[in-house]
Amino acid sequence: MSKFVKPYGDTLDDGKVQLSFTLPIEWSEAADEAARQLVVKMGFGDVVVAEGRRIANGFSFFVVYASTPVALDVAAIAAPERKAPMSMEAIDALIRDRVGRKIVVAGACIGTDAHTVGIDAILNMKGYRGDYGLERYKEFAVFNLGSQVSVERLARFVRDESVDAVLVSQVVTQKGSDVHNFTALGELLEAEGLRDRVLLIAGGPRMTNLLASELGYDAGFGRGTLPSEVAAFVAQRMAERA
Amino acid sequence: MPGKAFPRMHLRIDSGVVAESRRLAAAIVDPVSAFIRSHSTVSVERAALRLLGVAGTGEGAAPRANVFVERLAAGTLRRGAALALGAAVAELGLEPSRAAAEALLLAPDAFERVPAEAARAALEPHVRDAMRCIDARRDERKALLGRLPQAPPPLLYVIVASGDIYEDRGAAVAAAEAGAQIIAVIRSTGQSLLDFVPEGATTEGFGGTYATQANFRIMREALDEVSERLGRYVMLTNYASGLCMPEIAALAALERLDMLLNDSMYGILFRDINMKRTFVDQHFSRMLNARAGIIINTGEDNYLTTADAVEQAPAVLASQFVNEAFARRAGLPDAQIGLGDAYEIDPALEDGFLFALAQAQLARQIFPDAPLKYMPPTKHMTGDIFKGHLIDALFNLTSVATNQTIHLCGMLTEAIHTPFLGDRALSLENAAYVMNTARHLGEEIEFKPDGIVERRAQSVLRDACALLEGIASRGLMRSIEAGTFADVRRSPDGGRGFEGVFERAADYWNPIEDALSPAPAAR
Repeated sequence: MSKFVKPYGDTLDDGKVQLSFTLPIEWSEAADEAARQLVVKMGFGDVVVAEGRRIANGFSFFVVYASTPVALDVAAIAAPERKAPMSMEAIDALIRDRVGRKIVVAGACIGTDAHTVGIDAILNMKGYRGDYGLERYKEFAVFNLGSQVSVERLARFVRDESVDAVLVSQVVTQKGSDVHNFTALGELLEAEGLRDRVLLIAGGPRMTNLLASELGYDAGFGRGTLPSEVAAFVAQRMAERA
Repeated sequence: MPGKAFPRMHLRIDSGVVAESRRLAAAIVDPVSAFIRSHSTVSVERAALRLLGVAGTGEGAAPRANVFVERLAAGTLRRGAALALGAAVAELGLEPSRAAAEALLLAPDAFERVPAEAARAALEPHVRDAMRCIDARRDERKALLGRLPQAPPPLLYVIVASGDIYEDRGAAVAAAEAGAQIIAVIRSTGQSLLDFVPEGATTEGFGGTYATQANFRIMREALDEVSERLGRYVMLTNYASGLCMPEIAALAALERLDMLLNDSMYGILFRDINMKRTFVDQHFSRMLNARAGIIINTGEDNYLTTADAVEQAPAVLASQFVNEAFARRAGLPDAQIGLGDAYEIDPALEDGFLFALAQAQLARQIFPDAPLKYMPPTKHMTGDIFKGHLIDALFNLTSVATNQTIHLCGMLTEAIHTPFLGDRALSLENAAYVMNTARHLGEEIEFKPDGIVERRAQSVLRDACALLEGIASRGLMRSIEAGTFADVRRSPDGGRGFEGVFERAADYWNPIEDALSPAPAAR
């Protein structure tokens, strides 16, 4: 059954949205009008420029409220659902029963990226938001290789340490550097004949499962991911493979 | 820099524990200082060459200073690259840069027979020139600050990070017009691992663009222009970190940067740069900063972005004591030691604001003359820009109430993208509003004796002192090896750049170092 919805202000189907943006023009009454017309041109109706002001020489900032005529059938939308959370104890038990040995996990920020906040949140013992990191689990052997690890070094490590799951993180996404590095790692593991041996997992604030699968990865985890979500995924996949 | 406003709010803390912490920090730094005195690095040598006039590129795109140092035999290098340069200058009768270029065309041992006295004498005028140049830029800044006074602290600091120096220039000017008093040009991620300083103006990079002398000059000119227009001096900062710390400091001195990110341990822990390399490099770069009047910013905020802020608070304070001890050894006066901290406490934590206030006030009282650098929330910024803007407002309030000096403005779009021009303007408006509306709050408040804030501050101080005691008994290098800081373990001979560290020969000569020491502010 289809279910069409519009953004909600205070009345069903009013289609209200808020926008804010900067225009590279000096502020004036005419600039407010330009902002209004621009939003009309975007397809919105009932456009109200709530705020317009100069923020620098030659730049103006606007806050605009408007209504969209567009509605969407949300019944037709499918997105991968988050699995029900598993506890650390349950994950450890699953690995013990089904895999029968410790799972070797290696994590790194690859390329020139030095932002380890994501990979640390997942791996470090203390974890993130009260959810313990993988180092705390009994059934994971964790290697956190840190930042600015070259893909060559990571691939060598995967081979030498018989790594089961590789977690790579990229926080800097400017000009597609993240995609470039993710791809380079995938290709190198492929070339070395290691790709089928490992679970390859991508992480970063803008990562999604969809993007990860496009990159040829087994999974992708984005903003707000808890360590136990990554742990559960790795444990379940390894259990399936065992 | 700012004077102390009195009377201000005050925490009752044990001054005996503060004194003991300083004593321990000195004990921690002493053995490392002995190591520093007997060693040099390729980057220290290159910095000296650059200040003596060796400029431009040699073979391919490699900086001439790099090529010159690389060509020296190990034994020659151990006596100091300046001695080799002096020999070439004496023998060829050319200016240092030309002499270095010519020397590269000859056999590496072409000047071996030039007497050391002649080599030293040949560089004398160039050493004087270098010092004159550094002093001139320093005096220039002083005059500008007198004529174009800054707005009162906290000094609003924003970053530009487009990856293109010309875009950055436009963004910096716009930010200055919107109220920014300090502009940081973010470097391309990965520059800290380059063992050379790139040349020329750059329009590329990830997460920023390269720190080069040409880029420094482009930004300085743009900011000087806008300073005149606004009637207040706008400061410029960059990063003296990574493998080229001393050279960046040299170039910053020549191009009148006003601040440099310059931590004594950051590169070791967070960039896996060899610790010996870092300790030697930070010392020389700080000697230069002392002479150039450049305020250093230390990087304690990094302990908090990777670990829990409440738990790591003592580590932050301990690191501030260590950074202060290293900085003073290099001749930096307190007014140039911008010790770092950050507002990174989990917003869900009850009384988290009180803890942040306690930590910021604690640093203010323990380091009364330091231009403290306060970093904004990043770890708990989620993409909910509305909440983010609110958290930033409380950060701004903490900063003005505790009289922080250098205030890196938080961005509501932190964790989403590198700041848009509009983000920066909103951030500056937030800070300006909060700091204006609460300007004298810190002079109106008395802490409840033995209340939450005071007890928190006392416990952080006690724990920091205990931490310093442990480090002092084990030694700094071994403590880093054991993972004392940020849970990161580094070995003394591991990490990047170790091959560039060498022991000084008995007749080692570095005329720039000699001219810098005893530094004017040495104590």
